[in-house]
Amino acid sequence: MSIFDIVGPVMVGPSSSHTAGAVRIGLIARKLLGEDVKSAEILLYGSFLATGKGHGTQKALVAGLLGMKPDDYNIPDSLEIAKEKNVSITFGEANLRDAHPNTAELILTGINGRKLDVTGESLGGSRINISKIDGIETNFSGENPTLIVHNLDQPGHVSEVTSMLAHKSVNIASMQLYRSNRGGNAVMVVECDQGVPEDGIKWLEHVEGVIKVTYLGLL
Amino acid sequence: MIIYHKISDIINICHEQNLKFWEVVILGDMDERMVMRSESYETMKEMYMAMKNADENYDKNLKSPSNKAGGDGEKMRIYNTTGKNLCSSFTGLVMEKAIKMGESNACMKRIVAAPTAGACGVIPAVLLSYQEKFNENIDRMVESMFVAAGIGKVIAENAYIAGASGGCQAEIGTASAMASGALAYLQGADEETIANAMAFALKNMLGLACDPVGGLVEVPCIKRNVAGAVNAISSAQIAMAGIKSAITPDDVIDSMRRIGDSLPKCLKETSEGGLATSKSAQDYYS
Repeated sequence: MSIFDIVGPVMVGPSSSHTAGAVRIGLIARKLLGEDVKSAEILLYGSFLATGKGHGTQKALVAGLLGMKPDDYNIPDSLEIAKEKNVSITFGEANLRDAHPNTAELILTGINGRKLDVTGESLGGSRINISKIDGIETNFSGENPTLIVHNLDQPGHVSEVTSMLAHKSVNIASMQLYRSNRGGNAVMVVECDQGVPEDGIKWLEHVEGVIKVTYLGLL
Repeated sequence: MIIYHKISDIINICHEQNLKFWEVVILGDMDERMVMRSESYETMKEMYMAMKNADENYDKNLKSPSNKAGGDGEKMRIYNTTGKNLCSSFTGLVMEKAIKMGESNACMKRIVAAPTAGACGVIPAVLLSYQEKFNENIDRMVESMFVAAGIGKVIAENAYIAGASGGCQAEIGTASAMASGALAYLQGADEETIANAMAFALKNMLGLACDPVGGLVEVPCIKRNVAGAVNAISSAQIAMAGIKSAITPDDVIDSMRRIGDSLPKCLKETSEGGLATSKSAQDYYS
């Protein structure tokens, strides 16, 4: 833990979990989508649903989706800004079981038609966890450069990804593998110590069996 | 490598390497994040300046999204000018700034979480008022911020800083302990005296429940910032008088953790107990 986790961050109030953390969930979801958001269905759960309004959680999530950081003065006006930019936003109740009390599910469509379904949890002190992407469970914070590879569940894909990273001198901090069912869709989440070069990501996108590559640089 | 996990570690490193309390903290940050001294220093200075900006940008006309919080900081300012102030003008200013920052936070203005957003008024209230009233130079103010950060980091590692984990003692209590150590440093305290100030401040906050009305960071959070700030001043003064805490600083921190573990869930930011379920709370936001 850094001393600047204790003194800091600079943020728009009132709550590091319900406001700053919510902005970060929105911002990371926007980065994962990889293009500007055209429409978003935002589903809230637990304390986000119950006390979110007074904490500005809805405004915070939308602010993040528009690319704002937790210290942006425009967070309180994000709903109006979204309207001006013709970004369609709807809110609802998330139907989850045993989820973290501060959870939001963001179902996004980008301006170029890319779709993404991201579920994020706000853990307190503005730290967050991305717990689900496109229905498959994940577990990462977005504090490190993170590579997310959707692929078919078949032998060899892990070694393709790790070889590419080794070749680019990128050290792996953590690595998680998930799949929907044997031979079905799988997700690889790789948190790295260094940034992943663009040509490495481009190369991965063309590997047979790789469905989608998403990269999250430092915020 | 400078590595510390306890207040006693910091004091030992001060003695062994002939360093000041704040120097141990900045050296620890340089090692941990692998940054230059100037980068660590400038980042801390930015935090202090962000606190100062937040204080200066207080808007007396603003109301929070619930429409209930706002405007009390201005009432404090006016009362401070009447000459009827019960406390010294320094303490009066600290109280005013604590309320203003708490209200700015509730009104979705930009603040510095220290250690959390709910407790964001304590440290700036004490430090900004000190600089104003005692004309302290900026370098010493930034050094005192490192003292506060080091104390907060040790508390976060050995107990907690979130109300949801340990009750309000973890938020306002930690902020108060951080501010008290910083204030003692500004008054010329050595590392032991800083540690005693921190211990007194945290001891006085033990057991404090986190029971926010309606789940919002408004009641009782805004005025709790005043309590934490004023407690920081009195605790620093007790320590500066040479009075020693009977319980060591690290044992006080451990006690905070054990008390937090014993606190029922209804008093840890769930709004299912305490003030949040009082009769007047039920009508407050309706």
